[in-house]
Amino acid sequence: MSAFTVTVNGRAHAVDVAPDTPLLWVIRDHLDLTGTKFGCGMALCGACTVHLDGAPVRSCSVPIAAAAGKRVTTIEGLAGDVGHRLQEAWIAEEVPQCGYCQSGQIMSAAALLARTPRPTDADIDAALSGNICRCGTYQRIRRAIHRAARPEVSDAR
Amino acid sequence: MRAEPAPSVSPDTASAADPRPAVSRRDFLKAGTTVGAGLTIAFYLPPAMVRRLARSPDPATLAPNGWVHIGADGVVTVTVDKSEMGQGVTTAYPMLVAEELEVDPATVRLADTPENPAAWVRRMGTGGSSSVRSSYDLLRKAGATGRLMLIAAAAGEWGVAPDACHADAGYVVHSASGRRLAYGALVAKAATLPVPSDPPLKRPEEFRVLGRRVPRRDTPLKVNGSARFGIDTRVPGMLYASIERAPAFGGTVRRVDDARARAMPGVRRVSVVDWSADESRAARAGAGVAVVADHYWQALTARRALTVDWAPGAGAPLETETLRERFAGLAQQPGVRARAVGDAAGALASAARTIEAVYEVPYLAHAPMEPMNCTAHVRPDGCDVWVSTQGQTAAQQVAAQVAGLRPEQVRVHTTYLGGGFGRRSETDFVAEAVRLSRETGAPVQVIWTREDDIRHDFYRPTTYNRFRAGLDANGVLSAWSHHIVGASISLSKHRELENGIDGSLVEGAANLPYAIPNILVEQTAVDLAIPCGYWRSVGSSHNAYVTECFFDEVAHAAAKDPYELRRGLLRDQPRHLGVLDEAAERAGWGKPLAAGRSRGIAVAEAFGSYVAEVAEISLTDDGKCRVHRVVCVVDCGPTVNPDTIEAQMQGGIVYGLSAALYGDITIDGGRVRQGNFNDYPVLRMNEMPHVEVFIRPSREKQGGIGEPGVPPIAPAVCNAILSATGSPVRRLPIVRSGKSGIAMK
Repeated sequence: MSAFTVTVNGRAHAVDVAPDTPLLWVIRDHLDLTGTKFGCGMALCGACTVHLDGAPVRSCSVPIAAAAGKRVTTIEGLAGDVGHRLQEAWIAEEVPQCGYCQSGQIMSAAALLARTPRPTDADIDAALSGNICRCGTYQRIRRAIHRAARPEVSDAR
Repeated sequence: MRAEPAPSVSPDTASAADPRPAVSRRDFLKAGTTVGAGLTIAFYLPPAMVRRLARSPDPATLAPNGWVHIGADGVVTVTVDKSEMGQGVTTAYPMLVAEELEVDPATVRLADTPENPAAWVRRMGTGGSSSVRSSYDLLRKAGATGRLMLIAAAAGEWGVAPDACHADAGYVVHSASGRRLAYGALVAKAATLPVPSDPPLKRPEEFRVLGRRVPRRDTPLKVNGSARFGIDTRVPGMLYASIERAPAFGGTVRRVDDARARAMPGVRRVSVVDWSADESRAARAGAGVAVVADHYWQALTARRALTVDWAPGAGAPLETETLRERFAGLAQQPGVRARAVGDAAGALASAARTIEAVYEVPYLAHAPMEPMNCTAHVRPDGCDVWVSTQGQTAAQQVAAQVAGLRPEQVRVHTTYLGGGFGRRSETDFVAEAVRLSRETGAPVQVIWTREDDIRHDFYRPTTYNRFRAGLDANGVLSAWSHHIVGASISLSKHRELENGIDGSLVEGAANLPYAIPNILVEQTAVDLAIPCGYWRSVGSSHNAYVTECFFDEVAHAAAKDPYELRRGLLRDQPRHLGVLDEAAERAGWGKPLAAGRSRGIAVAEAFGSYVAEVAEISLTDDGKCRVHRVVCVVDCGPTVNPDTIEAQMQGGIVYGLSAALYGDITIDGGRVRQGNFNDYPVLRMNEMPHVEVFIRPSREKQGGIGEPGVPPIAPAVCNAILSATGSPVRRLPIVRSGKSGIAMK
């Protein structure tokens, strides 16, 4: 066991865990932030997506030792204009079904919009194809991202 | 219906301690009593699904199992026994009540699922695309009952006749004077009034809520991480567990070396998980070695340090290829008749031309996004279970059995489900958590890895289908013979069949809708050590594929357009025909396509709803199939929330397409070869076709919506491949057939 300091959603936390402990389990079990989900443990499904110094990462495959000293943002800490626009667009498009993957989907979308404010469908494919949704909400996710990117042109349903 | 005191905490806890008086059904529907803090309408919901072994409740002991409560604050709460797994029941049920009660659906909430299924008249569970269609009239009647009682209360207050008043958005209004009283101010008086015996329901043209898009109640919680799923349960003092499971089905632990695991940080206990015959029958859980630790990662890490010597079980000799050979042999022998019309054998013998084919589907895993998990806390006098489950009654019974308690001593706390698809109607993960909590005395959360999930599922059965069809001298389809050889859910679950038939194995095949004069559908159900279970759309998930694809082969052989041939043979099936025609029209059937594109069509009834889908595809040079567009038309009868219907159709198409393109569980030495989304791939964003959903206005019998979108997609896509290449896709998944060469015609 070793002590690590990780800054999550603006707050510094000291945790005493094995260095190979994935950031996901530190967030969920030690910091009790359960919005970030476990889905595959191999960076295959994206349910655990968080931002590490602003970049999207699969927290199930980032050991705490690699996250120490960095800024982590989880769904609970998603703030600012882009985050709110995405959450509103997700509600407007009625995206979630079971909802389990949606934290990861939104975190991937937020990272996309941060670097590509007006993404094309191809941009969305590239940024979101690492996030699996078994309920099949992909079409609505795509619409919601476009809506969040261009709120002024979003059509009424 | 009856009015009764508002339940104190939740209705089930009240009834656990103080069983509600037994009343006859006749009395029950008329009974009206008492007062309380608010007006409570109690009603009885009959069992939704009668798949098999369902016990009909004794009418002499009917107790309510649904409540609509209108509080003095005007808030309306509906208490029923349903789980939310994305299908929208937390929105649909309040809509049903709101429509007839005349309130804004946003003021109606669905209460937490009651915690004591033992006090419930029917088995608590969610499945079979049954929530709305089993409760459509009853929940509306409950709302209408409340409305009439509130109107009567106001009329009494004003000294006017009830029919001089009407209800409007949570108020009773005296129509002539415009005087109004809020429901909240009337509930105390209303609760003292007689309960109307048979409240009239609105005509569909009077609906203001049903059939309109209403925002889902759970969406806001699901965009900010606050929705609580089973895996998010946190209980003070909770430990975490991970279980190394016998790799081959039926395997047991011969010897375990846990010295390294026990010495690892945080590890509290390592124990062999085995089951008594009774437990094993009830929970269908496999053997393994569990590690319980302070944190999940510690448990998983220590699990990986175990060395286990496994005794092979009944599943060890099983191999996918030898199973195929065995099924092929069985298909040559007569099966049990599931349906016989005319004389199929005679018609085949005298046919001018016969068409034969074999269609095969693999085992499939469910793979919901939330891995299996359960949290349990066993104490000497009771047990709490927190679980994302589709089957609360089964969970409670299994938990009681494993904990050594009575069912009513177990409280089942239902969370949101991170996907169900049938997997969460099982209880193996519940048994594990309860057992480990009993052993440690602490609350324990068991979390499965994705590999545990893929390798220890209750699989969609594999089937082998032998088809023969006959065309008479005029090219008319005169005979249809279909022998389904398949792994059996009934045998896997119950070790027995009803009249030799596993209904779930032939659904979607025995009810072939086409007007063919001679039909024979036979079944051979095979009992194997590979556990089988309900997978979204169950038998129709494979039978729509095999029958609708073979149908296109027949059309191809008869040189007929597959849509036109369907039309002719569905002349007596107006609902099939309605969705088929609309799908063909909306998809532009028969109109030119872009170069390299082709179309396929399929139609199926499942769970009382009728769905036709047209898929537009192209094939890449390396034989991969790309689906560009899907037109889906559904007739599910009266609608509740059209947005949910559209979402369920979109979702069903993605679920079915994932399986058609990639889904393949193969068995090697009794073990599942696949383990995660790398070798059990599912559809991703970049492969998502554009799906257009159309809901046919319909006042026909209401059907379900969670599952019927799945069955037509695989045959629609495969029929498009047949159209493109001239070669049928006779074995799923398509990607494997593709390796053996999908080529453009």
